[in-house]
Amino acid sequence: MSLIGWIDERFPLTKVWNEHLAQYYAPKNFNAWYFFGSLAMLVLVNQIATGVWLAMAYKPDASLAFGSVEYIMRDMDYGWLLRYMHSTGASAFFIVVYLHMFRGLMYGSYRKPRELLWIIGLIIYLVMMATAFFGYLLPWGQMSYWGAQVIVNLFSAVPFVGDDLSLWIRGDYVISDATLNRFFALHFLLPFILSALVFIHIVALHKVGSNNPDGIEIKKGPRGNHWSSDAPADGIPFHPYYSVKDIFGVGVFLIFFAAVIFFWPDLGGLFLEAPNFESANPLKTPPHIAPVWYFTPFYAMLRAVPPLFNSQFPGVLVMFASILIMFFLPWLDRSPVKSVRYKGRIFKFSLAMFAVTFVVLAYLGLQPVTPTKTLLARIFTGVYFAFFLLMPWYSKIDKTKPVPERVTQ
Amino acid sequence: MKKLIAVIALAILPVASMANTGESMKLESANIDLGNEAAIQRGVKYFVNYCMGCHSAQYVRYKLFTKSGLSEQQIKDNLIFNGSNVGDLMTNAMAGEYAANAFGAPAPDLTLEARRRSADWIYTYLKGFYTDPSRPTGVNNTVFHNVGMPNVLWELEGIKDPVYRYEVHEGGHVVAEFESEAQARVKARELGEDARVEKVVGHFNLVRPGTKSAGEFDQVVRDLATYLTYIAEPVKLERQRLGVWVLLFLVVFTVLAYITKKEWWKDVH
Repeated sequence: MSLIGWIDERFPLTKVWNEHLAQYYAPKNFNAWYFFGSLAMLVLVNQIATGVWLAMAYKPDASLAFGSVEYIMRDMDYGWLLRYMHSTGASAFFIVVYLHMFRGLMYGSYRKPRELLWIIGLIIYLVMMATAFFGYLLPWGQMSYWGAQVIVNLFSAVPFVGDDLSLWIRGDYVISDATLNRFFALHFLLPFILSALVFIHIVALHKVGSNNPDGIEIKKGPRGNHWSSDAPADGIPFHPYYSVKDIFGVGVFLIFFAAVIFFWPDLGGLFLEAPNFESANPLKTPPHIAPVWYFTPFYAMLRAVPPLFNSQFPGVLVMFASILIMFFLPWLDRSPVKSVRYKGRIFKFSLAMFAVTFVVLAYLGLQPVTPTKTLLARIFTGVYFAFFLLMPWYSKIDKTKPVPERVTQ
Repeated sequence: MKKLIAVIALAILPVASMANTGESMKLESANIDLGNEAAIQRGVKYFVNYCMGCHSAQYVRYKLFTKSGLSEQQIKDNLIFNGSNVGDLMTNAMAGEYAANAFGAPAPDLTLEARRRSADWIYTYLKGFYTDPSRPTGVNNTVFHNVGMPNVLWELEGIKDPVYRYEVHEGGHVVAEFESEAQARVKARELGEDARVEKVVGHFNLVRPGTKSAGEFDQVVRDLATYLTYIAEPVKLERQRLGVWVLLFLVVFTVLAYITKKEWWKDVH
């Protein structure tokens, strides 16, 4: 008996291989936007692998943390490489995931029957944000410290329980050693939860099947292809077709990734911020505190909302609402077609405006507040919410094009 | 798709240019060369002689400079004055407290100064001291206003008096400049309420020459900027050298991956 046969009697190895790779039929018309799913997994693996090695030399102690990072950068063999892979990987993760989500928006990948897939994806995004937030405190630089101070203080804006809540999160009255210790523990824990969620995301994906740039359900189309008589005619086995294609995508991604790591690791202060090269000092507030770029669209919305009754709570609510509203997307889109290719001008314009809004808000969130910028932030916060809240109306009246029977190349 | 990208790009441009108005201090270019080992050697020499009385480089080991062409014996003889070993960190236990008492603030560690600020900032800052009798140290600085640090390099540089200039600002821009404050005030009044006058150091007047000429002093400060940039990230040049090979490998890998993909996909129609 072969080894595989021996295993198969005890564990469904061949069955799993076939169901999820060799006989999992994906639409044959994926374009470059479809690289970002596998790239997100690659970056997650990169973060976990480099993170474990960094944790071997990192000290989660307020008096030692900053120095231990410098120890990694200077005295540990290739420690600088691990650290830059991890810091660049954090930003790369968000870039890749934002593009992955935008792909979903373009081709209607959130529409029935993929509502749950979209929601699981959003939960992954939330856990990612939490992981990044906890991790950003660990280098214990000035921006780590004051960024965490600002974000944790948001919770103190919650009426009645706010102060207790932020105290509970910090474990102290200010960000301190206690906070650093628990943030390290959580930063180490969450990636495992993230991995489990990614697994669930893929299980859900393989239940409903992948969407494609045409937004056509290949399972509902004709049957019979090259490889199987009852597989969707427009499907091709994920392995080897998309596995070899994704390896090419990995190559292109790694060229950009390595270029940043080896030639521009701080990316002009976006990936590693200059004030963070100064050790955390609770007595010295930096003149300008901004979160890392991937949080700034939401930070801009937070700042755009004027306080009500001396409380910043409305801003906090708007910020959380800006993320929560994405959960309702599958039910907000009333268009008869899924893909932007067959949607009308109104949707195309709205989607373009939404992308612009996100980038502009990210930019504004990085900048110090001025009256003009606050005004811009308010306008674009409005546009952000309008994209979602007006969708049931504009997606319905939008003139769509006829969707072809079969996928196009 | 291309249309969508074009629409996005066109929409971002005006906003980006509109929002991009911020004050920035004009810095001179330090024009450093990290590959210049002699400059790093001179820089560390100036550092241990002029800076380490108060500042430390607590994440740097003296041994690092064996990579810049110094032998361990040379390091021991020329750079270490406190009995440290060559493998020890460039710390300074007494200095921080001393500076805190003398100048009101502990002298910051300078290991990462070049990454926190920049080589240009350090270069301009060290050249930016001028006499100001209102300050306890007798000097002020063009880059770091009311800095607590005295001009430790004055013996080399000499003593400079400032010659002030009066700028009239309106709407975030300098609209006029005057030698005399009175003229600037008249102009500002003509322009209206939004205009304001700002006193800035126009240029310096060397009142007592130092042991170095202006050109030689520039070189000293450039060496210090080179040294501080080097210790802020000693691996920088090595990482770039390695990066070239990594990128070459990845390009070959990606080309091969593309060819493989093409080959496999031949039967997909």
